Amino acid sequence: MSNTTFDARRKKLAGLSDAELRERFWQLAEQVVDPLVELARTHTTPSIERSVLLRGGLSSVEAGRVVAGAVERGLLGLGAGGLVLRLAKKRGVSFVEAGRMLAAGQGWEEVGS
Amino acid sequence: MSLQPDKKLDIKKLLKGLEKYRPRRRGWTWRAPGGSQFGPFTYEQCSEPLKAGQALASAPAFGGIDPQSDCVITTEIASGRFEDDIRRMRMAAWHGADHIMVIRTLGQSHFDGLIEGTPEGVGGVPITRKQLRATRKALDLIEDEVGRPVNFHSYVSGVAGPEIAVLFAEEGVNGAHQDPQYNVLYRNVNMLRSYVDAAEAKGIMAWAGMLQIDGAHNANATASEAWRIAPELLVQHAVNSLFSVKVGMRKDLIALSTVPPTAPPAPKLRLDLPYAVALRDLFEGYRFRAQQNTRYATADEPQTDALHFLDTLISRLTSADLQSTITCDEARHVPWHVNNVRAVDTAKETLVGLDGLKELVKLDRSGPLGAAAREITERAVLFLEEMVEAGGYFKAVEAGFFVDSGLYPERAGDGIRRELAGGVGAGTVVRREPEYLAPVCAHFGENHLPADVPGEKPCSLIGGCTLCDPGKIVYIDELDPEDNAARRLAAVGRPSSIMPEAEWARDGLVSVSMFFPEPEETARAAALALAERMNLSDAAVVHSAVMHPAEGTLVEVKGRVTRGLSRSALKFEAKPELLPPEQITAFTRSKGLKAVAGTLGNDEHSAGLREIIDIKHGGLEKFGFACRNLGTSVPPGKLVDAAVEFGAQVLLASTIVSHGEVHRANLSKLAELCVEKGVRDRLLLVGGGPQVTDDFARECGLDAGFGRGTKGLDVASLIVRRLREAR
Repeated sequence: MSNTTFDARRKKLAGLSDAELRERFWQLAEQVVDPLVELARTHTTPSIERSVLLRGGLSSVEAGRVVAGAVERGLLGLGAGGLVLRLAKKRGVSFVEAGRMLAAGQGWEEVGS
Repeated sequence: MSLQPDKKLDIKKLLKGLEKYRPRRRGWTWRAPGGSQFGPFTYEQCSEPLKAGQALASAPAFGGIDPQSDCVITTEIASGRFEDDIRRMRMAAWHGADHIMVIRTLGQSHFDGLIEGTPEGVGGVPITRKQLRATRKALDLIEDEVGRPVNFHSYVSGVAGPEIAVLFAEEGVNGAHQDPQYNVLYRNVNMLRSYVDAAEAKGIMAWAGMLQIDGAHNANATASEAWRIAPELLVQHAVNSLFSVKVGMRKDLIALSTVPPTAPPAPKLRLDLPYAVALRDLFEGYRFRAQQNTRYATADEPQTDALHFLDTLISRLTSADLQSTITCDEARHVPWHVNNVRAVDTAKETLVGLDGLKELVKLDRSGPLGAAAREITERAVLFLEEMVEAGGYFKAVEAGFFVDSGLYPERAGDGIRRELAGGVGAGTVVRREPEYLAPVCAHFGENHLPADVPGEKPCSLIGGCTLCDPGKIVYIDELDPEDNAARRLAAVGRPSSIMPEAEWARDGLVSVSMFFPEPEETARAAALALAERMNLSDAAVVHSAVMHPAEGTLVEVKGRVTRGLSRSALKFEAKPELLPPEQITAFTRSKGLKAVAGTLGNDEHSAGLREIIDIKHGGLEKFGFACRNLGTSVPPGKLVDAAVEFGAQVLLASTIVSHGEVHRANLSKLAELCVEKGVRDRLLLVGGGPQVTDDFARECGLDAGFGRGTKGLDVASLIVRRLREAR
C-alpha cells in the first residue's frame, strides 16, 4: 500500500474543519470504547474479587485462598465479597472471621447459591 | 524521625514501626505556582522554590539561585533493592525531582496476586505493601527536607491490577501507570481480563485521586521505525483516556504519556513537533506527561543528553504537565544513582533556560506544521474507522492493527497480534450473576446491593472497608526469612571503610574514561587490559567512540573495586582558616597594605583575579587593601617591578592556561626573579588559578596558592595571618 490509499481515503475528511475532524475522532473512539466499558460493567475476575476482599479487611494471602476456592466451585460470579458476607450472616460472625473460615476451607457448603 | 542534610537516611530506623505507619495524604499534587522572582530575574514558568536542595552547576555565578520549573519532574528508579532506591530518591529530590516512579521487578505483571515482604528484584523492585509503606515513609521525610510534596508512583498493570490499585490507594501512592493496552500488547495478558480488571483498578485510582499515566509511549520504544506510528499513538491514547473517563476518572488526572518519536540525524523537530501539536489539540483538557526518547538513545552520553534536551524543547514549545527524565546511561546498564540525578539536572536546566519561550516565539500553524498535524489526525481518524469496520477493539488487535511500523493506512504487517482466547489469565473472566455482590467502596459496575444500603457507601454492609477505615488494613511484614531487606542490610553491615557505589550499597562499581591513539578494536582491548592493571574486576567496555579511524578512540569502561578505602589513610586538602572580616580590615588599615596583581604569561583570562580583588565581589579592596591590577598577559618581570614601584607587600599572580605546564614555568620564574632582584623577603607571593593548589604554588617557590572557587576572604585571611606571623 502507499499514499494513494491515504489520498483516496482522506477525500471524505477533506471537507471537515479541524474541529469537526476532532469531533469525528472522538465519536469513533466512543464506538470502540463503549463495548469495552459494558464488558467490564457486567463481568468480574479473580483479581477484582481479591481486591474486594482486601478492602473487606482480609490479608492478601487469605484473599487469594478464598478466591481460589470460589473459582474452583464456580461461584466467582456471585462475588467473593458476597460469599463471605453470606457466611458471616449465617454464622453470626464478622466479615473478616467468615473470610478466614473460607480461606481455611470451611463453610463453603453454606455459601453456594 | 526527621532528616538532617549532613546525616544519612537511617534505613534500619525507617523500617521500625512500619506496621503502624499511615501516609499523610492521598492523591496527586502539582507544583505550587509562584516564585516568579529569583535573584535579579523574573520567570514566567516557575513554581515555589525548594527549602533545601542542590542548584545547577552554574548557579554559583548567579548568586546560587535555584528556580524550579512549573512542571513536575519525574525520575524513574529501578535498582532492584528498595533500601538502595530510597537513598537515590533523596538525592533526586534534592536536585528537583518531585515525581518518583518505581519500576517493578521483571515478571510481576504475570504474578496473579500480591507479593509481600522485601524480596530482591531484577530490573526493578517487587512492589509490596512493606516496600510501598517504607518508601512512602521515606518520601514523607524527604519532602519535609526539601520543602515540596514528592509524588510516589508505580504500576497498576498485569493480572493483579485491581489488588495493586487497592494497595496503592491504601498506602498513599500518588500516581500510577494504568493502561489495559499495555498489558495486551507488551505483557500478553488476556484482552478480556485486561479490560475488565482495568475498569475496577481505574475506579479505585479515581477514588484515591491518583494521577494516571497511560502506556502509549511504549509503542515508540517497540516499533522499528518509531516516527511512523504517530496515528496509532493517537488512537491508543484515545482508547485508554476515554475508557478511563467512562469508568469515573477525572480528565485532569489522566496524563498522556507522550514521547517525541525521533532523534537526530532525522530532522527531529520537523517530524516530532506536528505530532506533539496534533496530540495536544485533540486531547484538550487532559494532562501531558512528556517522556524523553529511549528508542534512539545510545551509550554515548552526550548524544543522549542532546536528544533529551531536544525532547524537552518540544515540551516547552507545546506543553507538559510532567517532564519525565531518562538517564543518560540507560543504554549502557541499569541506571546508576548519579545518572538519575544528572537527568533531573538536565531537565531542570533546560526547562528553566527555556522559561517563557512561548512569549518569545510562536508556532506557525499556517505552514508545514499545521498541514502535518492535520494529516496525522486524519490518519488517526481513518485508523479508528477501520477498527469499527473490523468489528471493534478486540478484532483489531487480533488482526495485528497495533505497533505496525507502516505509516497508516500503509501497513508493514509487523504489528503485534493477540487472540481473544489467549494470553496470561485467559478463561478467568466471569459474568456477574443477578445476585452478584461486592460490599466495599470504589467498586465499578454491576453490584446488587440490598435496597437499604446507600450506593455511595456499600461497605456499611460489613461495618466499613479499608478505604473508609484504614485501621482494617492487614500488614504483612515478611514471608521469606532469607530474601528480605533486613538480611541484605545485615550483609552490608556498617563498615568503616569507604567504597564507591553505582547501583547498590558498596557495590564497588566505577567507570573510567580513557582515550587511546589507536583504532577502535585495539583501543577497546587496551582499555580492558588497563582496567585489569587497575585491579578492576568484572571490567566491561560500556562505550567506545571513534574520534578518527586511525588517530584514536574514546573508551569508557566499568568495573568493580573489591577493597574499601581506610578512612584514617585519607589525605584531606587543607582548608584555609578564615579570620573575621573586621579583624582583617583593622590590620590592613593599620599597616596600609598594598597588593599588585596580574595574570601571567600569554593569558587573557581576567575574571578570576577580579573576583579576588574587586570591592563589588567582596575582594581584597573591601578589606582596605590598596590594589593595582596590571591585567592580563603580564610578564613575570613586569609584575615584580610594579610591586616594588608600588611599595606592595603582596603580589598576586594568576595563571589559568596550563598547557605544557606553562603555569608552573611562569610561577617559578616569578619566584626566581623576586630572589634575583632581592625583594623576595619583602613580598608575600600568592598564586591562583583553576590548576593551582597550595602545594603546587609552594613547589614553584611561592608562599601560598589558591584553586577554583576561592573568595577574597580566603586570600585576605591568609595574607593577614602570614604577615602577623612574620612580625
